[in-house]
Amino acid sequence: MILAALFFYLFAGVCVASAFMVIAARNPVHSVLFLILAFVNASGLFVLLGAEFLAMILIVVYVGAVAVLFLFVIMMLDVDFAELRQGFLNYLPVGALVGVIFLVELLLVVGAWAIGPGIAKSITAPIPPAEAYSNTEALGLVLYTRYIYFFQIAGVVLLVAMIGAIVLTLRHKPQVRRQSIADQVARTPATSVELRQVRPGQGI
Amino acid sequence: MTIGLGHYLAVAAILFTLGILGIFLNRKNVIIIMMSIELILLAVNINLVAFSTFLGDLVGQVFALLVLTVAAAEAAIGLAILVVYFRNRGSIAVEDINLMKG
Amino acid sequence: MYQAIVFLPLLGCIVAGLIALAGARGRHPGGSPHAGPDDHAHGPTPESRPHGAPSLSGHAATIHPSHAEPAAPEPPAVGSREAELVTTALLFASMALSWIAFFYVGFGHHETRVPLLTWISSGNLHIDWALRVDTLTAVMLVVVTTVSALVHLYSIGYMDDDPHRPRFFAYLSLFTFFMLMLVTADNLAQLFFGWEGVGLMSYLLIGFWYQKPEANAAAIKAFLVNRVGDFGFALGIFAVFMMVGSIDFETVFAQAPALSGKTIHFLGHDVDALTLICLLLFMGAMGKSAQFLLHTWLPDAMEGPTPVSALIHAATMVTAGVFMVARLSPLFEAAPTAAAFVTFVGATTAFFAATVGLVQNDIKRVVAYSTCSQLGYMFVAMGVGAYSVGMYHLFTHAFFKALLFLGSGSVIRAMHHEQDMRLMGGLKDKIPLTYWTMVIGTLALTGFPLTAGYYSKDAIIEAAYVGKNPMALYGFILTVVAAALTAFYSWRLIFKTFHGEPHDRHHYEAAHESPLVMLIPLIVLAAGCVLAGRPVYEFFAGHEAGEFFRESLKMAPTILEDMHHIPLLVAQLPTVMMLIGFAVAYQYYIRRPDLPEELARNQELLYRFLLNKWYFDEIYDALIVNPTKRLGYILWKWGDGWVIDGFGPDGVSARVLDVTRSVVRLQTGYLYHYAFAMLIGVAALITWFMFAGAH
Repeated sequence: MILAALFFYLFAGVCVASAFMVIAARNPVHSVLFLILAFVNASGLFVLLGAEFLAMILIVVYVGAVAVLFLFVIMMLDVDFAELRQGFLNYLPVGALVGVIFLVELLLVVGAWAIGPGIAKSITAPIPPAEAYSNTEALGLVLYTRYIYFFQIAGVVLLVAMIGAIVLTLRHKPQVRRQSIADQVARTPATSVELRQVRPGQGI
Repeated sequence: MTIGLGHYLAVAAILFTLGILGIFLNRKNVIIIMMSIELILLAVNINLVAFSTFLGDLVGQVFALLVLTVAAAEAAIGLAILVVYFRNRGSIAVEDINLMKG
Repeated sequence: MYQAIVFLPLLGCIVAGLIALAGARGRHPGGSPHAGPDDHAHGPTPESRPHGAPSLSGHAATIHPSHAEPAAPEPPAVGSREAELVTTALLFASMALSWIAFFYVGFGHHETRVPLLTWISSGNLHIDWALRVDTLTAVMLVVVTTVSALVHLYSIGYMDDDPHRPRFFAYLSLFTFFMLMLVTADNLAQLFFGWEGVGLMSYLLIGFWYQKPEANAAAIKAFLVNRVGDFGFALGIFAVFMMVGSIDFETVFAQAPALSGKTIHFLGHDVDALTLICLLLFMGAMGKSAQFLLHTWLPDAMEGPTPVSALIHAATMVTAGVFMVARLSPLFEAAPTAAAFVTFVGATTAFFAATVGLVQNDIKRVVAYSTCSQLGYMFVAMGVGAYSVGMYHLFTHAFFKALLFLGSGSVIRAMHHEQDMRLMGGLKDKIPLTYWTMVIGTLALTGFPLTAGYYSKDAIIEAAYVGKNPMALYGFILTVVAAALTAFYSWRLIFKTFHGEPHDRHHYEAAHESPLVMLIPLIVLAAGCVLAGRPVYEFFAGHEAGEFFRESLKMAPTILEDMHHIPLLVAQLPTVMMLIGFAVAYQYYIRRPDLPEELARNQELLYRFLLNKWYFDEIYDALIVNPTKRLGYILWKWGDGWVIDGFGPDGVSARVLDVTRSVVRLQTGYLYHYAFAMLIGVAALITWFMFAGAH
């Protein structure tokens, strides 16, 4: 339908344009914002494809977590955005050439492909009709049964990433005062309290 | 006209190329590289979901979900490394990262 | 017994050598000797300086001001006395045994062959170490051991202030051993072993005072010129093996007649085999015996100590060539062209060396050229087929030439190492015994009647007269002329050295007779000059010669007979020549001593030509030595340095460095460069797969 095509071109066009701006923007904060825009449009594309769960997950995870993380780091690192080094243009010809080659090849593949005849039989998890299950339900039915191990391992990967990030960046500043709860709890009167006899009017 | 699989794949291809160009065309800082990687992963995700829809197989979407997970983890670790690097070197300009010179 | 004769000198060498090595270790413990005290204080001052040697103290003071004591001579090596006594005693034992062998084999007809060891046994080639003892060998044994023993005895006195005596005596004994191996050889390889060994010892002995650059140069020159001859000799041996299939003498001599007429394809032409073989072998003799063209080393060899000159360059080593031709007489008899060439070369040498000896001023050089000339005589006799006559002259020449050399050594020692005759004179009253023995030697050399030389030299001239060789007449004329020249220069030497007014008062006053240990050899040799003449004439050049030499020499069929039927005038011609030479020498050096200089001034060119040895050294320098040196230099710098090093190891390593340097530029350390490289790789891979893959 026309509307679908229109929305497709809208989403696709904005996505590509913002992706281009990601790498072309001078200000890294602008780059991140354009990245967010690209993600949002991609999410729109996903909705058009009928994978609304994934679209929402994209927003939540990518935009809400990853892009924000990028923004945090940029802000923290005090990046000087004004430095545009001159050597950018040196690599442009060769790089553009390589990129064009890539693109052309990819498009050649896209243009010349055909779906093989035996595909229909090898579908492992057929999409149920939309009236029976929503996308989310369908995904859940498959994910927690057939692909439970992948799911768990994905969780472990995230755990490891979290621990890794903490390990890498944690540093104890010497001036920061911390509490050691165990020490606090283990304190005995003998180590903390001292009884002094005070003469009246003398002070300690 | 009908939007077919090819259109989505074309979009993904362009995004992929842009991500690759971003890796080595930028001279500014390393964050751009990380964002380009995210773009590449996004392109891959679009590919997977498009195929999943047009072949009617949910596996593509499951895979895309896992890719998402890994991308997030990788972004986190990458940024952590970047932070530590910045602490030690004081700069994340790409030209200053030449400790590997042999 | 024969093993004892040959190996006792080797034993002496080993003993003396061990003493020398032990002494060297003691002098320079823990390393190679440095040049410190040696370079100005070796015992005798350089012998070859013609003018009076400046005082040693003056020399030392200018060169090494740091040494407080001027010219302290090096102390004699430890064990010198033992070394010289042991070697001399062993040589005398060997000599005694040789004389016994001489009578046993020569007169008693007891030729033997004493096999020692098998050396090579490879396919067709079978060579043994064996001692071949026949009359020819016996004669040579006597000559070698007698002269060597006397020289050893003489050296005890002559070298008594030399710090390196053990080494000297070791070398002398080792030389004697090699010479004995040469004369007792039963095959060409063993002969060549002795041949090369004496060449080596000549090098070591000429360069005995190795700190002197002139001695080193002379030693190398001797070795190299010999090498040229040895090259021909080796080719001759190969040719013999190729034609006969064996190189031991029995087989070769038996096959010699069968080889006549056969040809060898050599340098593109078919040449007569026997002629070629004999010419190549003779080339070796030319080198070893200092014949014309390969003679340049002999005068320079006088850099060595005088006993060395007496032993090696008068009596033994230079006669090795003569001996070799005599030993191979069956071959030479079958190759008349080669024999003619031998006579030609011999006669030319006799004449040439005599002319050069006329004007030399160094006493040893005169005697050296005299040796060269007399060797030419011997080859003349060999060439015409009178091998026994040549051997006769070798026998007698050993005596009187060794006597002349040792006598010269006595004179030099008396004059405190002065060798220039122009600074001598009037010595006959100061060193009478030396004088009289040298007179006897000169009489023998010039062929005065009743001396040994008279018989042997005249026999050669007679043989040349009757020889049927195409070059015989040429040989005859030149030997007769050379006889006059010989007389002239020999008496010139005597008159200038012993008669007239002394030219160097200081040395004259200090002159004194040599010690007994040096005089005894002179006396013995002088006796030999007379006794080796008439008594043995029959056995060498007379009717008994055939009986005496039997199978060891193959003579020309009728030559000995013909020699005794020549006109009286011809027979007396050499004596007449001798008297003419004596008279002219008397006139020039006794009666009118100003005449020589006047003649030299009038005939400037001729005088210079003779004095500079017919400019042979200069010619060889220009033609051979300098081009070779330049070639060597070019091959070294360009060939070895540029080509081989450049394309070989140096080139490879330089290319490796270049390649590495360019490759290293890929490792910039920049992350995005690496990412870029990865990207290019991926693109290339994909392209390749797309277009070259599964289509």
